[in-house]
Amino acid sequence: MRFLRPFSVAFAAAVMLFAGLAAAQQPIKVGIGIAQTGPLGGGGKAALLALNMWVDDVNAKGGLLGRKVQLISYDDQSNPGTTPGIYTKLLDVDKVDLIIAPYGTNPTAPIMPLVKQRDLLLMGNFSFDVNAQIKHDKWFNNAPWGAGAVAWGATFLEAGKALGGKTVAFMAADAEFAQNLATGSRQIAKAMGLQTVYDQNYPPNTVDFSSMIRAVRNAKPDILFVASYPGESAAIVRAVNEIGVGPSVKLIGGGMVGLQFAPIMEALGPLLNGFVNYNSYVPEKSLDNPGIRDFLAKYRPRAVQEKVDPLGFYLPPYNYAIGQMLEQAVTATKSLDHKVLADYIRKNEMKTIVGNIRYDAVGEWAKPMVVMAQFRGVQGKDLEQFRQAGKQVIIAPASMKTGEVLPYDKARK
Amino acid sequence: MDLQLLFEATVSGVLLGCFYAAVSLGLSIAFGLLDVPHIAHPSFLVLGAFGAYVLGGYGIDPLVAGLLLMPVFFVFGLGVYQFYYATFERRGTDTGLRGLAFFFGVAFIVEVGLILAFGVDQRMVEAPYIGESLEIGEMRLPYRMLVAFGMAVVLMAVLSVYLSRTFTGRAIKAVAQDEGALRLMGVDPVRVKRIAFGLATAVTAVTGALLIIVGPVEPGLGRIYIGRTFCVVVLAGLGSVPGTVVAGLILGIAESIVLSTAGAAWAPAVSFGILLMVLAVRPAGLFGR
Amino acid sequence: MDAGTRRFIVGAIVFLALVYGLTRLVSNEYVFFATYVVLQFIVLATAWNILGGYAGYVNFGSGAFFAVGAYTGVALFKAFEAPILVQVVAGATMSGLLGLAVGALSLRLRGIFFSIATVAVAIVIETAVVNTPYLGGAKGLPILRPAPPAMFQSYLEFVFFVMAVLAVIAVFCARYVETSWIGRGLRAIRDNEGAAECSGVPTLKLKLFAATLSGALMGAAGAPFAQYLSFIEPTSVFNLNYAVSALAMPIIGGMSHWMGPVIGAVLLGTVQQLVTVTISSELNVLVVGVLLVLFVVAAPDGILGLVRKLRRPRAPAASIGAKA
Repeated sequence: MRFLRPFSVAFAAAVMLFAGLAAAQQPIKVGIGIAQTGPLGGGGKAALLALNMWVDDVNAKGGLLGRKVQLISYDDQSNPGTTPGIYTKLLDVDKVDLIIAPYGTNPTAPIMPLVKQRDLLLMGNFSFDVNAQIKHDKWFNNAPWGAGAVAWGATFLEAGKALGGKTVAFMAADAEFAQNLATGSRQIAKAMGLQTVYDQNYPPNTVDFSSMIRAVRNAKPDILFVASYPGESAAIVRAVNEIGVGPSVKLIGGGMVGLQFAPIMEALGPLLNGFVNYNSYVPEKSLDNPGIRDFLAKYRPRAVQEKVDPLGFYLPPYNYAIGQMLEQAVTATKSLDHKVLADYIRKNEMKTIVGNIRYDAVGEWAKPMVVMAQFRGVQGKDLEQFRQAGKQVIIAPASMKTGEVLPYDKARK
Repeated sequence: MDLQLLFEATVSGVLLGCFYAAVSLGLSIAFGLLDVPHIAHPSFLVLGAFGAYVLGGYGIDPLVAGLLLMPVFFVFGLGVYQFYYATFERRGTDTGLRGLAFFFGVAFIVEVGLILAFGVDQRMVEAPYIGESLEIGEMRLPYRMLVAFGMAVVLMAVLSVYLSRTFTGRAIKAVAQDEGALRLMGVDPVRVKRIAFGLATAVTAVTGALLIIVGPVEPGLGRIYIGRTFCVVVLAGLGSVPGTVVAGLILGIAESIVLSTAGAAWAPAVSFGILLMVLAVRPAGLFGR
Repeated sequence: MDAGTRRFIVGAIVFLALVYGLTRLVSNEYVFFATYVVLQFIVLATAWNILGGYAGYVNFGSGAFFAVGAYTGVALFKAFEAPILVQVVAGATMSGLLGLAVGALSLRLRGIFFSIATVAVAIVIETAVVNTPYLGGAKGLPILRPAPPAMFQSYLEFVFFVMAVLAVIAVFCARYVETSWIGRGLRAIRDNEGAAECSGVPTLKLKLFAATLSGALMGAAGAPFAQYLSFIEPTSVFNLNYAVSALAMPIIGGMSHWMGPVIGAVLLGTVQQLVTVTISSELNVLVVGVLLVLFVVAAPDGILGLVRKLRRPRAPAASIGAKA
């Protein structure tokens, strides 16, 4: 009987070892529901590619905590109605360990109550003020604008004022992101003492902007702030070039989504010259670092292969950065516990290819870094020219400036 | 409101309206004359637009591309109608609804096919007349809209002449009026309808090219044009091809004027509100049979 | 009450008891989210079929009726913290009135004009909602769910149960319409409206009734949506998917009997939910498209029609001039 005890101890140890090994073979699952079709599909596909690249890079280095990382993703069809179903499937059926939010504000909003109720860590993905009402303490949004619309409105309108502008016109699409931008910017304009001479929302999917631009020209504004979606941004740029906004306008642009996407940049070419628009990354010196250069070089061939945005300036670096943040937090705390991870992210500086990020109390970037860049010297319809510095000169914020803003008329040439 | 602004908005509206009329012409034939619930028409438009995009990659002007694709689309239309007739019209009952569901299915399949082939991004074409405008005093008229306008007028004229002067054209109008009588006169109505549908599809090749000339196109754009094109055709009155231009003009001008005023966000409500009012007062449409 | 109705009511009670049991036993929330959508489509498809299948008038703007119900619920919740039953009744009323209005406008004409009118109405209402800041406009409105009532563990489960009850009510209404003189009249209208009118069928009144009932049920289906999603915004409620699904499900299931839309909704709804979380991509839309084409071509009377054909023994060939 005496050898029974050491035998059982050995047996128990062996069982635990095997169980531990089995658990270690189990991959760490990261779940996301992200648009692959619908209006947000173009951005979503590029973002998902970047996330997959992060997963490949992490696994090449040996995984997280010795385990491989597996990304489970579903298409939310740009429809907020699908997200609660998708995320409960990820959490309750696929049993993911970590979750990342969908691309965009509206698809994320429906899952905020769910996430708060279950006290989960959620990495936000280019959304706007989604946590403002719920105030979940484990939410960290990766978007360069921080809380509120100050990051765009203020920098853009200040540049306008610096050029001598006193009146402003607003054009905004009747869609979520554009409306949020416009609302915030209207307040900022008032606070700055600018006079609003034209302020119109337009229906999404408007085909022809000739009459609207004509009306804007009639109002003779100094600054034209446009908050538009990809479908209309191209049409508006064309209309501005064709109809003209009049000699009074010194600054156009601000919040035009779509002018960061390669297919649109390529198709519009020189029509873009003079527009000042927000971006999250442009290939200028002040934003350059070896990490992002490396990322873009690896991204390019895969993007062409998968038929997504070949430049990869707008969303992809940020999604890769989300992966990096999760990697840093998990590796530093050696834990997958959401509370521990959230505490770490709240208290520490996260080092990513889009910069070093610190989060404020509501889970937004403490220091916004929205770049306002002016298109200059774009010639012909060549996409490669956008990879070099000088085509999108950063005119704000002051810490990242690579050039002074030129009035629209001068910059067009 | 500023009179100059109103005048210019009206002119823009005329150009836009002719564009709407042009893209609805194929539907005017398929649905207006043949009673086929062709809800896949906007998807065919997008297909034509992508055809022009592909040929544009070889340096072919989009309008020329559209014209080149016409015979291909004609044959495609013949095939689609043959299948539709064999499966639905011959069987008789409930054709409208099942035909509708069938065309919905076709529209979705075309959309997904385009996504798989081209991805979800927007595509644009280039031509010397895109991006420039004609200056008349203070007014600027974009050339691409003038091209759309010109094309619509030409198509309209050609179709009108075809439908009233040629034998097949008159047979098409006849089959819309009274199929039985046509059969008694020794003409095979099915053959006539097939040709008409092929013609309608061929028209979408060119008008699809117009679509991508006027603005960027992505595979899901068809859904947005379902409402617009049916609105034009119903407003015109089923069976009236010239009415399509008038209806398109009304909608284009209304939209253009509203966009230049303080209520720009209400433009779609105005257009479809007009349709509802016309339906209430004169259900056959403006020129309907 | 005849035997058929008694059996139906018993079946309904059993079904609801099962649903309630589900809420107590299952803790996997995904089941509730996914099944809610299927139940919702049962209501929508059944509602659509009352006008579309029984009477032959195709509603193309089901999204609008659904959305009116949803936004009525939201408005009442925001203004008075109204309980969900009030929201449902109010949503049903508003959408019913909408159905009546659209019907009065266009049901006098050929069926196709009713369909176009529904499209136009859908776009007008969507524009109105987008421009109403009180309802959230284009930005949408987050909704904080209240605490659940005593018998339920979470508000989501309560809403889920409400939707199951609505499904039963919708099917009950459809069954009643189908088996009563109203259904006979609607079938007469569908087969030949002119002849029906000549035979004394009050066609306009029946059509208006069907349109109102159809709209009301769709509004009822929409009212709990904001509570389900904890959020409401225009693009998810005015989605073309509702219009297409409400049409496709009765076609696939069979339009002449109340079971058809239920079968179609369960089949297509489940397939859609599964595809969303498995192959999940642009292929979702392809699946719907292919299913539509397949069923419409191969099974013109839907699944019920197929079942009927399989069950009926082959009739001996009869020739017209045969000897008596």
